[in-house]
Amino acid sequence: MASDTPIVLIGDRAEVAPRPRGATAKLRPGRFALTVAALFTFAFLYVPIAVLIAFSFNSARTGATWQGFTLQWYERMLSNPRLIDAAANSLIVAALSTLGSVVIGTLMAIAMERYRFRAQAVWDGLLYMPVIVPEIVMGISLLLFFASIGLERGLITLIISHIAFSMPFVYLTMRARLADFDRSLEEAAQDLGADEWTTFRRVTFPLLLPGIISSALLAFTLSLDDFVTSFFVAGVGSQTLPVYIWGQIRRGITPEINAISTVMLILSIVLVILSQALQRRQSSH
Amino acid sequence: MVLRIKSFAQGQPLSALSADTSICGGRGLSEFAVELRDVTKVFGEVVAVDHVSMGIRQGEFFAMLGPSGCGKTTSLRMIAGFERPTSGEVYIDGKPMGSTPPFRRDVNTVFQSYALFPHMTVEQNVGFGLEMKGVPRAEINRRVKEALELVRLPQMAKRYPRQMSGGQQQRVALARALVNRPKVLLLDEPLGALDAKLRKEMQIELKALQREVGITFVFVTHDQEEALSMSDRIAVFSKGKVLQIGTPLEIYERPNCRFVADFIGETNFIEGKVKQIDGEFAVLESDGRCFVGRAGEGLRVGAQASLSVRPEKAQLVEQPMNSANCYEVRVHSVAYVGSDTRVIVMLGDQHFDIWEQNSLSTLDPNYFFGPGERAWLVFRPENALILAE
Repeated sequence: MASDTPIVLIGDRAEVAPRPRGATAKLRPGRFALTVAALFTFAFLYVPIAVLIAFSFNSARTGATWQGFTLQWYERMLSNPRLIDAAANSLIVAALSTLGSVVIGTLMAIAMERYRFRAQAVWDGLLYMPVIVPEIVMGISLLLFFASIGLERGLITLIISHIAFSMPFVYLTMRARLADFDRSLEEAAQDLGADEWTTFRRVTFPLLLPGIISSALLAFTLSLDDFVTSFFVAGVGSQTLPVYIWGQIRRGITPEINAISTVMLILSIVLVILSQALQRRQSSH
Repeated sequence: MVLRIKSFAQGQPLSALSADTSICGGRGLSEFAVELRDVTKVFGEVVAVDHVSMGIRQGEFFAMLGPSGCGKTTSLRMIAGFERPTSGEVYIDGKPMGSTPPFRRDVNTVFQSYALFPHMTVEQNVGFGLEMKGVPRAEINRRVKEALELVRLPQMAKRYPRQMSGGQQQRVALARALVNRPKVLLLDEPLGALDAKLRKEMQIELKALQREVGITFVFVTHDQEEALSMSDRIAVFSKGKVLQIGTPLEIYERPNCRFVADFIGETNFIEGKVKQIDGEFAVLESDGRCFVGRAGEGLRVGAQASLSVRPEKAQLVEQPMNSANCYEVRVHSVAYVGSDTRVIVMLGDQHFDIWEQNSLSTLDPNYFFGPGERAWLVFRPENALILAE
């Protein structure tokens, strides 16, 4: 999430200590190899995505040949009621599960930061354990759980499941924010006559807000992109967008799927950029 | 070591104190703005504050002075209400505080880190306390303006704390506390984060401000010079206990124990046995030499004691004098520091510091003693203090 920081650091270092000319000349073969490796890495990461995006604008119905630019797949995507339903489901699930995981995750983070109790490290570990539980295990266990308590698969099960896997990310983000929080600010508020609730409302919450928003954006993105868990817990009429796409792909990849994927990709990127921008704004405070 | 608290000897019955307060309470004003009665604070296994009793008078500039971890900050936090005493009671304006939360106490704090709200402008920061009290907007605006004028930052109202220097933030923190016109202003090492020059300026300014507003200031510091120059009275803390409470003059000239003599300013100690006590004065025998000095509290003949002489209160002379406390010494080193010359002499095998004021303007390098020379150390009995161990 903070992948931009090291790059900035390397840039700074290069400015502080410019490499002498002689050294640059000597290192040239090594530099060439590194450049090639870097280009290869970026190609490896982004060429498939670029192809996907390109083909969403290709007027050819099938095949991998370019036959001209078109927006018809996007038009068709928007006039597909089942796809629109799936997208609406995705947005509802993402919104409600984000709300749930942000409230629970933030309150848990505050509680764990403020109070000291027995075996705290164990409880702390259990709270972010879901981050490393394989998603397929998570999906199966939730499916079994819902079946055993007789809860029918649908939007409710989707929302509960999405809260379960995104809450730990909110918790981790908020713990980090709270660790930097200056408690004397709360003391100052109380000293100036604010009771506990007013202190929270006027000081603690506004200062935590950028962290809360950035973790909410993260939770929203995770929910929107989730396939594995959703695949297990979605009901027949409550498919989310990724589950719908998967269903369509079984009948072959169409340019329409490329168009949907492109939209999802852009949405995710925007959310992540927003989240990072907020984090950076807070740390510059 | 026998420790006495000057204002309230530990043995004094508490009833005597409460009688005092009730008389003043009858006039609607307690003698003490803040009073700690037998307050103890324990954190786990650590006794941070150990049976501390003291009374801070109305309108006083009161310093709590001591090395780090001596309990001064914890005492301040108990007055503010951030910590509750394990035992004992804190009184503010004669009223026992019990478990009264900080937001219901008529005191305000200037924090060491300033603790300005980063998401509020200077104006909003300063107005926060008044807003909490439900003061009308127009009055808030007027008083915030006044407070910012008081700390000479009227043009900074719309700024955010991060856009200001440390010294400016510190004034905002002061304004934010003072604007509420608290009974007592608590200051937790407020000048600690400032550079030396700004610190000196703020010391003078803070003192002037206190006179101007007439509010009781309780000031925590580890800087003895700061405490001496600013306070009406000082409480010297060590290891959770109050060793002495007194005016800067009393604390410096009549420390009641070795720790206070050592912590406040510079001093020379000569260790020995008490040979004789005669009223105000006593005789200490050390290494075959006899010294006369003022008798401190709790001295007993035959007991171990230390004689304390401040370096500026001793002289070097060329010829032996027919007086008490005159012994031959060898000059060890001489340092000219402008305002005075600091000489270290050897009294037997012991170092002894003497600071001679350079009251004569001369370029003669032989004006003062040189290293290795023979001289006589002399100091008046009134300038020495014999303190019990």
